[in-house]
Amino acid sequence: MTLFNILFFAIAALIVASTGLAITRRNLVHAVIYLIFGFFGSAFLFYLFGSPFLAALMVIVYAGAIMILFLFIIMMLRVEAPEERLFPPRQIVPAVLLAAAYVVIGGLLLINDPSAATPLAEARTEPSAFGRYIFTQSWLAVEIASLLLLVAMIGALLVGKRPAREDEE
Amino acid sequence: MGIPFGYVLFLAGTVMVLGMICAAARRNLIMILLGVEVMLNGAAIAFIGAALRWQQLEGQAFVLFIIAIAAAEVSLGLALIVYLYHRTGSLDPEDYQVLK
Repeated sequence: MTLFNILFFAIAALIVASTGLAITRRNLVHAVIYLIFGFFGSAFLFYLFGSPFLAALMVIVYAGAIMILFLFIIMMLRVEAPEERLFPPRQIVPAVLLAAAYVVIGGLLLINDPSAATPLAEARTEPSAFGRYIFTQSWLAVEIASLLLLVAMIGALLVGKRPAREDEE
Repeated sequence: MGIPFGYVLFLAGTVMVLGMICAAARRNLIMILLGVEVMLNGAAIAFIGAALRWQQLEGQAFVLFIIAIAAAEVSLGLALIVYLYHRTGSLDPEDYQVLK
């Protein structure tokens, strides 16, 4: 049991626990804050797996920008939390049954697969090498992603600008 | 030395399933979108593990694009949620019955 293994199990427990807490909260703000903890756990995991640039991006973009956008929207809409019926049985029962089936079958699949037991070697990608790879091997995908972000921005502006509550509900 | 690759896949699958439960069982549009975010996070964990397993940079490049697409999806999704809330005054997907 090396330090690498201990760190992996600790981070995995952290991610699963905070994500599980996040999806069961009734209060939306609490859910978002717990999910921010979960994304911090993912950032730690990315750093442990040797990509510090993606770990930083995870904190900056996911935890810093996306989740804060959620918080802004929740505060802007001023939703009263307790009106939601938490987990109505006719929705939660099939979801949990399917999820349990997937976890059990996936676990069995991984146990019986010999190639899943290969241990991970430690490696580290420097941000400069990663950037060089991105902009030489997949520059077209970068352009497409930037175009997608532009389209999403224009779409969000258009949808948000529409004068609300015109006639019927 | 090192953890088995299957453990990473199992962690990614667990996170993905948690997101799936959240998206399928909650009755609030914001929580459904949060569930989709959790599922994308699980996919990113699987890609990072695979990048380390085969010592290739493609997996990490894909995680970069997952983050970009998540940002685009969330901005547009939240704009739609705000529009729907202003139009109907509710975030419960069962209340949207205008076409019915």
